[in-house]
Amino acid sequence: MAGKKMVSGLINANPVVYEKKERRVRSCPSSTDEHIDQLEVSDHIRDIKDPEHPYYYLEELKVVTEDSVEGDDGKSYVRVTFTPTVEHCIMATVIGLCLRVKLLQRLPPRCKVLAFPLLLRVYEHNRRDTHLTR
Amino acid sequence: MTEPSQLVQHLETFVDVARSPTQQAASLEALVSAVEKNALSMQELVREMELYLTTTDNVVRARGILLLAEVLKYLEAKPLEGAVIHSLIGFFTERLADWRALRGALVGCLALLGRKGAAGVVTDTDAEAVANSFLQNLQVQSLAQHDRKLCFELLECLLEGYPEAVKSMGDMLVYGTCEAIDGEKDPQCLMIAFHIIELLAQLFPDPSGPVASNAADLFDVMGCYFPLHFTHEKDEEACVKRDTLSRALMLAFSSTPLFEPFSIPLLLEKLSSSLELAKVDSLKYLHDCALKYGANRMVKHYKGLWSSLKETIYSSIETHLSFAPESLTGPGAPDEGVQKEALNLLQSLVMQDASFLSFVVGDIDIDIVFDTISSYCHFKEMLEESKRKVLAISEILSVSAKASASSCNKIFEIVFFRILKALGILEKNSEGDYIPQEDSTFSGRLNQGGLFLCIGLLTASKDHTLSSKEHSMVSSCGHEMWCSMVNRSAFSLIQMFSSAAASFDEDDGGADAYLGVKGLLTLGMLHGGSSLLSRSIFDKVLITLTSIITAECGKTLAWKLALKALVYIGSFIDRYHETEKTLTYMNIVVDKFVMLACSDHVGMPYSLILEAASDICLTGPKHVHKIIQGFEEALCANWSDSCVRGNSRSIENCVLLLDCFSNKLLPRLNGVVEIDDLEDILLQFAVSIWNKIETCRVFSCTHGKELIDPTMMAMRQVVAISSVETQNTIIQKAYSVVLSSTLPLMESIPSKPVALEALKHFDLSIRDELILSLFASTIIAASPTTDIPNVKSVVHLFLVTLLRGHLPAAQALGSIVNKLGSGSRGTKISSTSSLEEAYKIIFHTTFEVGKSLYSDGSGESSSGSEINLTKFCFGDYDGMNLQNHAITGLAWIGKGLLMRGDERACDIALVLLDCLKTTDSSGQVLQSSSMRCAADAFRILMCDSDICLSRKFHAVIRPLYKQWFFSKTFPILESSIVKPDTPLSRIMLYLAFTHVVSNVPTVVILDNAKKLYPLTLEGLSILIHDPLGKDAVYSLLLVLSGLLTDKKGQESSIDNAHIIVNCLVKLTSYPHAMLVRETAIQCLVAMIDLPHRRVYPFRIQVLQAIAKALDDPKRRVREEAVRCRQAWESIASRSTRL
Repeated sequence: MAGKKMVSGLINANPVVYEKKERRVRSCPSSTDEHIDQLEVSDHIRDIKDPEHPYYYLEELKVVTEDSVEGDDGKSYVRVTFTPTVEHCIMATVIGLCLRVKLLQRLPPRCKVLAFPLLLRVYEHNRRDTHLTR
Repeated sequence: MTEPSQLVQHLETFVDVARSPTQQAASLEALVSAVEKNALSMQELVREMELYLTTTDNVVRARGILLLAEVLKYLEAKPLEGAVIHSLIGFFTERLADWRALRGALVGCLALLGRKGAAGVVTDTDAEAVANSFLQNLQVQSLAQHDRKLCFELLECLLEGYPEAVKSMGDMLVYGTCEAIDGEKDPQCLMIAFHIIELLAQLFPDPSGPVASNAADLFDVMGCYFPLHFTHEKDEEACVKRDTLSRALMLAFSSTPLFEPFSIPLLLEKLSSSLELAKVDSLKYLHDCALKYGANRMVKHYKGLWSSLKETIYSSIETHLSFAPESLTGPGAPDEGVQKEALNLLQSLVMQDASFLSFVVGDIDIDIVFDTISSYCHFKEMLEESKRKVLAISEILSVSAKASASSCNKIFEIVFFRILKALGILEKNSEGDYIPQEDSTFSGRLNQGGLFLCIGLLTASKDHTLSSKEHSMVSSCGHEMWCSMVNRSAFSLIQMFSSAAASFDEDDGGADAYLGVKGLLTLGMLHGGSSLLSRSIFDKVLITLTSIITAECGKTLAWKLALKALVYIGSFIDRYHETEKTLTYMNIVVDKFVMLACSDHVGMPYSLILEAASDICLTGPKHVHKIIQGFEEALCANWSDSCVRGNSRSIENCVLLLDCFSNKLLPRLNGVVEIDDLEDILLQFAVSIWNKIETCRVFSCTHGKELIDPTMMAMRQVVAISSVETQNTIIQKAYSVVLSSTLPLMESIPSKPVALEALKHFDLSIRDELILSLFASTIIAASPTTDIPNVKSVVHLFLVTLLRGHLPAAQALGSIVNKLGSGSRGTKISSTSSLEEAYKIIFHTTFEVGKSLYSDGSGESSSGSEINLTKFCFGDYDGMNLQNHAITGLAWIGKGLLMRGDERACDIALVLLDCLKTTDSSGQVLQSSSMRCAADAFRILMCDSDICLSRKFHAVIRPLYKQWFFSKTFPILESSIVKPDTPLSRIMLYLAFTHVVSNVPTVVILDNAKKLYPLTLEGLSILIHDPLGKDAVYSLLLVLSGLLTDKKGQESSIDNAHIIVNCLVKLTSYPHAMLVRETAIQCLVAMIDLPHRRVYPFRIQVLQAIAKALDDPKRRVREEAVRCRQAWESIASRSTRL
């Protein structure tokens, strides 16, 4: 099994590919309050390609979703929690770096950007408690 | 061509392959014209060519034969003797065996076989010889594409032109054709090949003939092409469109019933394919084949056909139902695609053979569907699959019923009462039979599935009545069984539909309301007068729909649906000229709404009444007539009411009425319906407004003002669309009202100056203001040929009122100077002089200024105590704001002159420019508000207005007048800007500059790019500090972006890159308008296209500015900033792009 992986050279040779979600349309485009919000941040990162599978976007592999972004415009921080396709993915650091660089480029300089990998997909519901690693 | 040497020369040129194609074509042409003019006979030519035709040099022989063939091709219409034709065709027939010189032989045969009638044709014997030689000698598939095409053309020509000659060849011909076509891949050749098969099938229809015996082979050859699919090219690029080719193949398929055992199984097999294209093609082919093969041949496939067809319809049906008003009258099924083709096929099968219907009505799924609808009342409760079945079966039943009267009867007989039972409107009579309830109020639970099925059937029967009308048959539907069934149940149906329409359940997207209204609509459209449905049913439908509209107090879905349905019924009966129904419609619907419009206290809001009324009246000319009269009456009544009692509600109603009239009704009158006496009605409308004003002498001050704008608008529109005669009448009427008012309209122009003092005390009453405004709008909308009575005093009136700040007066003056004298009709005064006179009045009428009132009396200019319009612009007299009014008035007059291309517009522009300077030539100081006013005057001059001096209001417009004005004023503006008096004056000059530049076409801007760049950039950097000038900044920025994005402008951009970047960077943080920031960032992106070495140095500066823009409060700006940052980062060679 391990040998086979070595041959292909990929950590996860056959990731599950999901359909790209339609872009959510904002309900009221002309609202006076236009803070940087979850949707805007996730729009920035949805078109990053997966470093291991450059044909797919991170979004298609559900490495990032709209819900993986949290942040507060007022307090100037953004935190992205991404879930690698397999738990032991050594690409996690690269993905994290991609996310960070992208967001640093696209968000105002005052924003702090953090990007964490989530260890196990199945534990997504209680990620805040135990399964965050830096 | 008597010279033999010349002839030889031509022959040599053509035969020599080293010569250019043009030379060869020229010699061919020379030969053709020589033969045509009888300077050279065919025999002589052949004799002369003998060597070329028989030489053993393959190339020369091929060219020689081709030359002869080409000559013959051009001489198809030239009469030739039979013997000549015989020998020529004999020659070419023989040459078909010569594969090295085949092209010429093919062209020659084609040319000769294509000859017609009197020119001399090939005999049948010769044609047969050609065919024989063709079949024996030619291996079509081993030839190149063009030769193959010629071969097929030859075969086609033989089959089409000489059927009797080739018929005797029988099997050999069919077999040869198969061989020739087999393996062909070129679309152009295939087009002909398919046609050849069609011709063959027509030639041998005999069931024991050669086609019959070779049908399997023949079908093998063409069946493999189905379904046609182009792999290599896009459809648009191909020389033959896929659809055209597919149609040709279809005609070949259906050309003879002998193909039936092979084609139908193939088509049914492909129908079950998952490819959409294959499905559509199969259905189209089946449709065509079924029609042409006939019912006898098809009957054995019915079972298979029905099951495939049903599956196809199931899978293609759209389960998402739209209950929006738009889909109420739209086509139910899509225009193309699988569903439409499948239903088409079903309909034609039923139409062709009634026995097919037994498969449809005997289908088990119908029972399943009835089970579904009786257990679930709402669509949303049903499973997706069940819903799909309900919708599909509804379509199937409806389409089958549409096929013929007998099928309609049968379907109704089997399912109609079942539906009614499911709906709960059947009751048992004394004999135990089910009959529809009579006159009972419906109180059961609504069944959406049942309603849907019922509407489907009613729609089908509606289409029956329509098709019989279109074929101008006497409608006999009244005697049909389905008709009596509908008649018997109509009242219960109406009951149920109306209770559905009144349903308030909007949970499921208004399904109940939609179905209810749709049902009523369908019943209302059953065509055929009282012979079909009793008139009371139609009445009842109309009454129900009308009451839905009047019962609702808000604009609910049911309201919109019902209105749409009524409008549809109205235009429907107008289209089919049903006099009886038109009358009913008029009595029940139109009269009702006219009455509502005239009455005051009704439950529903007045604006909704007006909306409904204006929508409904557009359904027919008579209705328009009625409604305009109704509006007129309502307006008069409300007007009087508001004048006499000061009723504020009446004023509101008047305003609503006039708004509706000019915004909804009038714009839609053109083109929607042809109305004969529209002119008269409009005239009457306008005149009665004037009458009302004339008779109502008192106006309540509080509300009267609200009326002015809507009335003006309505008057403008009415006059604009009227003919010149009508306009004349209206103006005469208006003039007489003006005369009767207290407005200072002088019968003759006073020779003495008007006292300014008088002007000061001259105050307009509301009534006078209304009269003046209306009169002005009448003049504004009049065409140049319309006569204005007593022009001079009218001009004078407007001049005086203009100074009092009455804007319509200024616009009317502009309109007068624009149109005066340019009409084609000669007026009494010579045309130019009348303009001169008006001009004279405007600019030379002087006003007397009392010495005591003249505040700044020190200058020399004050020596004369008389001043005119121009001078008003420079000085503030008496604090009456005269200055600003005069400037605005001057702008409108200037606009009128400018649009007709009058030179004096430039004089006015000069005056306005002088106003922009802080001190004028006489040293008087101007106020800043007046300066701004003068700057705005340039906007009035250049901008298109939609209330005055537009094409709609018959303005005289000289082509390219904006360019002309630009070229005249730009140099002056440029020089004034260079040496301004004060910073304020500088801002104002730039404002004026912005108005001029941003309104000229882009081409002009690009042509003057070099000169415009410095001014535009400086203007931006100055206007940026003027908080009131954000619109101007935006306009100017757009000019800059136009310069940046165009190739022509880019040259100058390179020189100014540094200043541009500085300016744009400043604008990215412009606080007053988001659009400016957004556009500035877009311009920065556009700058990337400039040469790299020029742009690169600004990288850091731009990126710093953009970093700030990333934190912009507006999201759109941030999005642009992200894009811009990416673009600018990418110009550094080593930056990483993620």
